[in-house]
Amino acid sequence: MRIRNQASKQHEPDLSKRRFLIAGATLSGSFLVGLPLVSMAAAEQASEGSSQIGYFINILENGDVIIGNNQPEIGQGLRTTLPMLVAEELDIEWERVRIESMPLGIVKTADGYTWKYGPQGVGGSTGLTNNWTHMREVGATGRLMLLQAAAQLWDVPVEQCTTRLGVVICESAGKKASYGELVKLASTLPLPETAPPLKAMDGYRIVGKPHHNMEVRDIITGKTKFGSDTQMPGMRYAVILRSPVLNGTVASFDDSAARAVNGVLDVFEVEGPAPGAPYHILAHGVAVVADSTWAAIEGRKALSVKWNESPSRNDSSEKFWKENLEMLSGDGQVVHDQGDFPSALSEAKSVIRHTYEVPFVSHAPLEPQNCYAWVQEDKVHVIAPTQSPSGASRSANAVTGIDRLDIKVDMARSGGAFGRRLTTDYVSEACIISKKTGWPIQLVWTRDDDMRNDFYRPGGTHELVAGLDDSGKVMAWSQRLASGSKYYRRPNMPDEDLWKAELYPDDFPKAMVDNYRLEYFHNAIGLPRGSWRGPAHVANGFVIQSFLDEIAHESGQDPLALRLELLGRTEEQEYSGHGGPKMTPGRLTRLLKFVSEQIDYKRERPKGRGVGIATHFTFGGYAAHAIEVSVTDNGELTIERIVAAIDCGYAVNPNAVEAQLQGGTIDALSTALELEITVRDGQVVQKNFNNYPLMKIDQVPALFEAHILNYDATPTGVGEIPLAPAAPALTNAIFNATGVRIRRLPIADQLRNAMTA
Amino acid sequence: MITFQVNGKDVQFDGDPDTRLLWALRDNLQLTGTKYGCGIGRCGSCTVHIDGKARRACMTSVSNLQGKSVTTIEGLAINDETLHPVQQAWLEADVPQCGYCQPGLIMATVDFLEKHPSPSDTDINENIDNLCRCGTYVRVRRAIHLAAELTAKAK
Repeated sequence: MRIRNQASKQHEPDLSKRRFLIAGATLSGSFLVGLPLVSMAAAEQASEGSSQIGYFINILENGDVIIGNNQPEIGQGLRTTLPMLVAEELDIEWERVRIESMPLGIVKTADGYTWKYGPQGVGGSTGLTNNWTHMREVGATGRLMLLQAAAQLWDVPVEQCTTRLGVVICESAGKKASYGELVKLASTLPLPETAPPLKAMDGYRIVGKPHHNMEVRDIITGKTKFGSDTQMPGMRYAVILRSPVLNGTVASFDDSAARAVNGVLDVFEVEGPAPGAPYHILAHGVAVVADSTWAAIEGRKALSVKWNESPSRNDSSEKFWKENLEMLSGDGQVVHDQGDFPSALSEAKSVIRHTYEVPFVSHAPLEPQNCYAWVQEDKVHVIAPTQSPSGASRSANAVTGIDRLDIKVDMARSGGAFGRRLTTDYVSEACIISKKTGWPIQLVWTRDDDMRNDFYRPGGTHELVAGLDDSGKVMAWSQRLASGSKYYRRPNMPDEDLWKAELYPDDFPKAMVDNYRLEYFHNAIGLPRGSWRGPAHVANGFVIQSFLDEIAHESGQDPLALRLELLGRTEEQEYSGHGGPKMTPGRLTRLLKFVSEQIDYKRERPKGRGVGIATHFTFGGYAAHAIEVSVTDNGELTIERIVAAIDCGYAVNPNAVEAQLQGGTIDALSTALELEITVRDGQVVQKNFNNYPLMKIDQVPALFEAHILNYDATPTGVGEIPLAPAAPALTNAIFNATGVRIRRLPIADQLRNAMTA
Repeated sequence: MITFQVNGKDVQFDGDPDTRLLWALRDNLQLTGTKYGCGIGRCGSCTVHIDGKARRACMTSVSNLQGKSVTTIEGLAINDETLHPVQQAWLEADVPQCGYCQPGLIMATVDFLEKHPSPSDTDINENIDNLCRCGTYVRVRRAIHLAAELTAKAK
């Protein structure tokens, strides 16, 4: 849509304009919020008939409709779900819809760069919520213009016209015409002053109904092009040998053997950031450019590089965990303090204290990082799998100095992302190499490049303390965390704000406990870190939901009853973090009761069999799990049954929500079972799936139930919501089955060792 | 010069004979449906058929292919309109999320169902070892059972 609903009143900022212009802070970084581009939108209106209504809708003569998708597709299904919103309001048959990917659209105003097609970028589970109103207005505006075209053509009042599945009808005049017949006239009409009213939700035919992924046929026939499938005329392939030691730099290199490999075209150094400085790329290295992927990889094997001694050379996981405990024995930064925690604790009848460890983990999307870039004298073309096309544009600009208006960014379908592709270090690398050689470059990352050069999910040691009164009521609660903050090496990030990425002060049970304290300690290990699906919620959900179970068992209470009692202490609470401004504990209660009933939580299980529950609020959405396990005397674990439930407000595409609930649960369990990134002598130890073993189908029970419990008419995000409760539901089930409490992730051999000790 | 067949057509490869089939398919034949995921045969994203058997293309040197017949995901469907029953099952179960591992999973399943025409869940667990990072396994299992039904019906 050509921002139709805003364009007639030029330069008058109002709320409807903001929808197009406010940049998501986590995605757009320095992207300036500018005035709406109404003049541009008006200028781009067709003077002669076109099949295109605005930027998003293209109606073909045969009635097929091509709907533009402006958001990255990383497996979350937005390329299907967002066009459903347009199609609903446009009033067309879903079977006539095809989807087209839109590139990054940015324009320059006096205030700076701003969005042409609305904010573009996915992260924080906001892809749907950011576009929920916008995309419906796009469809409604398109429909209105088709109605106006028909009214003009038939010389009747627009109010006497209506639509039915791609046709405008005027019963009073006895006329009807298809959208395909009307679109050329509609495309020339002036933009409506405001967006027309949206349909009542009870009249929805498309939205709220399960729809299959629009691209599934192309995917299963191998036609879909991911970023790494890009092939362009004259394209060369590049790989980089990056410093194996964190923060290492190149001292010298001998490329004679590499250059002797058939197909190798060029070898040169690529400079990385200084230790501690913000990242533009992750590591110093040496690039090898060749005429095929194989030759580039073989050439890299033949390189001989001498590395300078790195300040991170003595970093190790062992040191990290030891330092965390040392820090926790002292005083940290109190980042939240309500009531009087020390007094409440000293008055408590009983005090419960446990320490948990949550490891560093890698994103490991199955498609490693890659980027096509062609840097020419006055323009750049980038094709990349990315969650942040504007970040890709900024990276290309920073490396080349070419104006962002002359940098074209196409978003390829992304073979997974999980937060990894919020950063665009690989775009910078591809642009550096293309600029240096003048060639169009496909930068290839191998699996070991990807696993050893990630922005890892931060590892941390959590000490939880609770004080109970003589009735077992929780009076005091504290969480003390020593971790490597995700905000490490962020530009302009003061040390006192590092905790903000790791502890979310308004999380459960803050509003339910009078005396509540959070304390933080930062460990500056040299591992890069970043956002991993659900960020700190996954770690905090694990420790909080584990600790609740421990409190219940140690105070002789039922784990479900304790949770329900705490959640029942308040009806609604303020939530200042992402996903706020409110959190409704009753929605967690509803899910918790539901999954507990489904799995028959109260039933006595035989020896070696157990059930665990957990729930958590993440980014505006609610989820709960009940998991049943069996454990042999030797500690062999089998997940027997999973009941997962999500309350995402309103499920726009229940089929996609179910997929995310299944996949998000499996992602969380896979990570909890076996996955950890470790460091030895300043180097990441894990290089591939042999020692970073993702879950396989054999660990997923045939009994896997995914339930969607709608709550109201407001959709929340979905992609990250299911993760946090899954791991603690599993470890709580393990405890229930065996009495073994898992306080460190991944579970790995702990259960076997404990049972056979 | 190594001569073999890909999706029923003769091809000649005159590059480094150590080149892995994966890269020859992708870079030289522009058959990009076969994916790189790990390069060590663990993830299965590069699964193709060599003389009808599922093989990891990242572990197979072109030098071993003289006279052999390779089928990739692009050559699996019966024609543009009619999918292979395994693809049809994948379509009906709407399996893919990001989709990257799915061609390999489909190729592995086709071979698996030849040996296990009506598989139990245990058969699936013991034989399907492809990795899916999005965790589509619930629907993969459903699709495998459905594919077995569709294949039986077609016979």
